Amino acid sequence: MARIAGVDLPTNKRGLIGLTYIYGIGRSRSTKILEKAGVDVSTRVKDWNDEELSNIRAIINGGEFKVEGALRSEVQMDIKRLMDIGCYRGIRHRNSLPLRGQRTKNNSRTRKGKRKTVANKKKA
Amino acid sequence: MSRSLKKPPFIHYKLMQRVEAAQASGKKSVIKTWSRSSTISPDFVGMTIGVHNGKQFIPVYVTENMVGHKLGEFSPTRNFRGHGGNKR
Repeated sequence: MARIAGVDLPTNKRGLIGLTYIYGIGRSRSTKILEKAGVDVSTRVKDWNDEELSNIRAIINGGEFKVEGALRSEVQMDIKRLMDIGCYRGIRHRNSLPLRGQRTKNNSRTRKGKRKTVANKKKA
Repeated sequence: MSRSLKKPPFIHYKLMQRVEAAQASGKKSVIKTWSRSSTISPDFVGMTIGVHNGKQFIPVYVTENMVGHKLGEFSPTRNFRGHGGNKR
């Protein structure tokens, strides 16, 4: 059982994919980490030996880039900054609407959440 | 696409002149501008700038965090008052 940066890695997947279960590591970064640690990308996570595992761990915890909690809080801080200075993007975050000029007549359900039906206005 | 780095950030030259003049003479009074696309440079910090939104000049007090944004981002052009006529 490999546990890195507070995340349990899937034992049966290739190392390249396994590392992407950590927030902040995608395939590109995963490739670089494994290369640096001298581990083949196709080695399954369960087949890493202790030395390889500690190498990988050292690279990830080395502070070269942020992962998991640190990265999440950084993103939150960036959003908070936008909201605090009251710029357009910050306002859109506050109203939970799309930030980048997408249409909101329909769609945008990811940002707007579940549809809230408003009752029809009664005819006079 | 972001702006080419070989160019300096865009700031309307007359606005820049006025900001520099105001900074030199111990900043006072709102500077009105239509130039929403001007980047906020570090010189602007601490000033109040009236940014036109198509109708009126919205006073924007510039803080350090705003440097690098455009003036127009702080002066919304639309005013959504909500749907429906029930609440008045």
